Amino acid sequence: MSFLPYAVAAWLLLVGLYGVVTSRHLVHLIVCVTVVQASTYVLLLAIGYRSGAAAPIFADIPRSTPVVDPIVATMTLTDVVVEATVAALLLALAVQAHRRFGTLDPDELGAMRG
Amino acid sequence: MELAPLTVAVPLLAAGGLTAASSRVSRATAEVVALAAVLALAALCAIILARTASGTEVYWFGGWEPRADIAIGVSFAVDAIGAGLATLVSGLMIAALVLMWRYRDTDAPHFQVLMLIFVAGMVGFCLSGDLFNMFVFFELMSVAGFALAGYKVEEQEAVEGSLNFAITNTIGSFMLLTGIALVYGRTGALNLAQIGESLAAGHVDGLVIVAFALLAAGFLVKAAVVPFHFWLADAYAVAPTPVCLLFAGAMSELGVYGIGRVWFDCFAGTLALHDDSLRLVLIVAGSLTALLGATMAFAQDHLKRLLAFATIAYVGIFLIGLGLLTSAGVAGAALYVVADGCGKAALFAAVAIVQHRRLHVSERRLRGEGRELPYTAAIFALGALSFASLPPFGSFFAKSVIEDELIKQGYGAVLAVLILTSALTCGAVLRLIGRVFLGWGPVSDREPSRDEEAAPEEEISSARTPAIMFVPALALALASLVIGVIPGTVEAVQAAALHFTDGSSYARVVLDGAAPAAVATPPPYSAPPHAYLYAAITFGTAVGLAGLALFGRRLAPRGSDPLRRLGHAAIGSLHGVHSGHVGDYVAWLVAGVAALGGAFALALS
Repeated sequence: MSFLPYAVAAWLLLVGLYGVVTSRHLVHLIVCVTVVQASTYVLLLAIGYRSGAAAPIFADIPRSTPVVDPIVATMTLTDVVVEATVAALLLALAVQAHRRFGTLDPDELGAMRG
Repeated sequence: MELAPLTVAVPLLAAGGLTAASSRVSRATAEVVALAAVLALAALCAIILARTASGTEVYWFGGWEPRADIAIGVSFAVDAIGAGLATLVSGLMIAALVLMWRYRDTDAPHFQVLMLIFVAGMVGFCLSGDLFNMFVFFELMSVAGFALAGYKVEEQEAVEGSLNFAITNTIGSFMLLTGIALVYGRTGALNLAQIGESLAAGHVDGLVIVAFALLAAGFLVKAAVVPFHFWLADAYAVAPTPVCLLFAGAMSELGVYGIGRVWFDCFAGTLALHDDSLRLVLIVAGSLTALLGATMAFAQDHLKRLLAFATIAYVGIFLIGLGLLTSAGVAGAALYVVADGCGKAALFAAVAIVQHRRLHVSERRLRGEGRELPYTAAIFALGALSFASLPPFGSFFAKSVIEDELIKQGYGAVLAVLILTSALTCGAVLRLIGRVFLGWGPVSDREPSRDEEAAPEEEISSARTPAIMFVPALALALASLVIGVIPGTVEAVQAAALHFTDGSSYARVVLDGAAPAAVATPPPYSAPPHAYLYAAITFGTAVGLAGLALFGRRLAPRGSDPLRRLGHAAIGSLHGVHSGHVGDYVAWLVAGVAALGGAFALALS
C-alpha cells in the first residue's frame, strides 16, 4: 500500500480548508467544503484498499480470495449520502442569502457582528 | 432491550408518515401526531433508563451478536447516562412542541417533521454503541438542526446564522469522520468496546493520538468549546425560540457526552497512563470556555444571544467536570447537564413569552415593558437562581460534587472559575429582570443596533399570553428545582457514572454478553458546608454585578473611571473577535484543532 493516497487525502483536507477560510463567494465556499469532504472519501478508501485484491463479491470467486475491505466502501457511501444532504442544504441557504442580502460575498453579509 | 431501536424508529416513522401525507395534513393533526410520537419516545426512554440503572444493556440489530469476542453487528449499548440524556432530550422536545402550539403559525407539517428527525438523531446518538453510527446520528441531528436554525428563512439573520452554523459544524463533522477512519485503520473495528480492546492491545503512537485529537475536535465543535464556539451564538440567536430549548438544553451537551463515551470506552485503556496530562488540557479548555462564555453573556443586550453565551459558559463547566476523568466528575457533570438544561430551557421558554408579547428581545428597548408580566418575571427569577446554583436547585448539588472532586484532584483554583461563571450568568439574568420587569437602570441613549431591529417572529403583538405557553416554562423551571429535592438523585447519578467510566465492564457486557459489574452503592450524599458558602458568594457576586450594571453610572460619573474604560475596550475587542464571518470561524476552528492536537501530542507522548 503506497503512501500516496494518504498524501492526497491530507492535501485535499488542507487545500479545502484554505479555500473555506479565504473564499469570497458562498458557492465557491460550499464547493471548498465538498473538497474537504472528498478528503474523507480518499482516506476511507485508502484504508480499506489492498493491492491486487478483488472486489468483495463472493458470488463467482473462491472464498479464500483476498478482497478489499467492504466496510470502508459502505462507510464512504453513507458519507456521500449524508454530505450530499448537507451540500444541498448549504446551497439552498446560499440561494436565500443572495435573495436577502443581494450578494454572495461572506465579507458583506455581516448581520451577525458582535 | 428490545425497546431500544423503537426510540429511533417511532419519531422517524412519524416524520415519514407526516411527510408522505403532507398535502392533506392540517396543522393541528401534525402537531398532535408529533406530540404523540415524542410522548411515546419519552416513555420509552424513561423505561430504558429504569432498566439500565444496574448497568449497560445491549441490543444487536438483526440479532448479529458477537462471535468469538468479535463484534460483527451494529449495536445500541445503553447505560444510564446515555438513557438519562435521551430522556432529557425527549422531555425538552415535549416542552418545545407544547410551546410551539400557540407560538406562531408554522409551516405544518414540515416544522414538526424536522423536529422529529432532530430528536431521533439526538436519541440515537445517546444510545449507539458503534462509532460510525454515532457519526451518522450526529449528522442526522446536525442537518435537522441547520434547517431548524434557518427556519425563518425570510430573515437575513436567520440565513447567515444558519450558514455559519452549518459550515462550521460540517467541517467539525469531517474532523470526526477522519478520526473514525484512522481508528478503523488501526483497529479494524467500529464497535466502541471492540475498539477499546484492540487499542489497549496495541501500542500508543502518533496515529492513536491524532485520531483521538480529531474525534475530540469533532465533538468539541458541536459542544462549542473555545475556540470552536463562534457559530453557537449566531445559530441560537436566530433559531425559533422553541427550537432553542433543544439547542441550549441538550445539543451542545451531546458533544461533551461524545467525548466521554469515546474516552472511557475506547481510549482510556490505552492512554490511561497519560490521563493526568489530558485532564489538564480538558480542564484548561473548559475554564477558558466557561469564562469567555460568561463574560460575553454578561455583555449581551439581545436576550437570546445572552442565553446562547450562557450555554457556552455551562458547556465549559461540563467539560471541566468530564475533564476530571473520574466517576465523581462525570456524575457532577451529568447532574449539572440535566439541572442546567431544564433551567436554561425554562429561560428560553420565558423569552418566548416576552417575544410573544413584545415582538422583540432587546433588553434595553424592553426596559420597564415587562411590568405587567409578573409570572414571566418569576420564571426568569427561578432561572437566575438555578444559574447561581443556590440550594435546593439541582445545579447546587451538581456543582458541589464537581467542587469536591476538583479539590480532591488538586485543581482547587478552578473553583474560582465555577463561581465566577455562575455569578456572571446569574448576574446577567438578574440585570435583565431588573431592567425589563422592574424598569430599573438608565434609559438607553444609543441608537438601536441592527441586531435589535431584527424582524419579529410574529406579525402582531398579543395582548395576553395563552396559558399554555406558561406550562412548559413553569414545568422546566420546577424540574430544575425538583431534581435537587428528590432524595436519591445524586446517588443514582453517581452509580450511573461509575458504570459509565468503567470501560472494561462495558467491553465485557458488549462483547461477551456478561452481566454488568456490580458497583458499590454510593453513600447518601450531603453537600459539605463550604458548598453553601460558595453558593452564597456566587449569589452575592451576581447581585453585585447586576447592581453595578444597572446603577453603576449613577454611582460614578461616566468616563471618569479608567477601569471601566479598560473593561469597555476588552469587551469591545471580544465583540470584534465574534465577527460573524464564517471564514474567520473556520480559521479559528483549524487553529483550535492544531492547538488541540499539539496539546495532546505534548501531553500524551
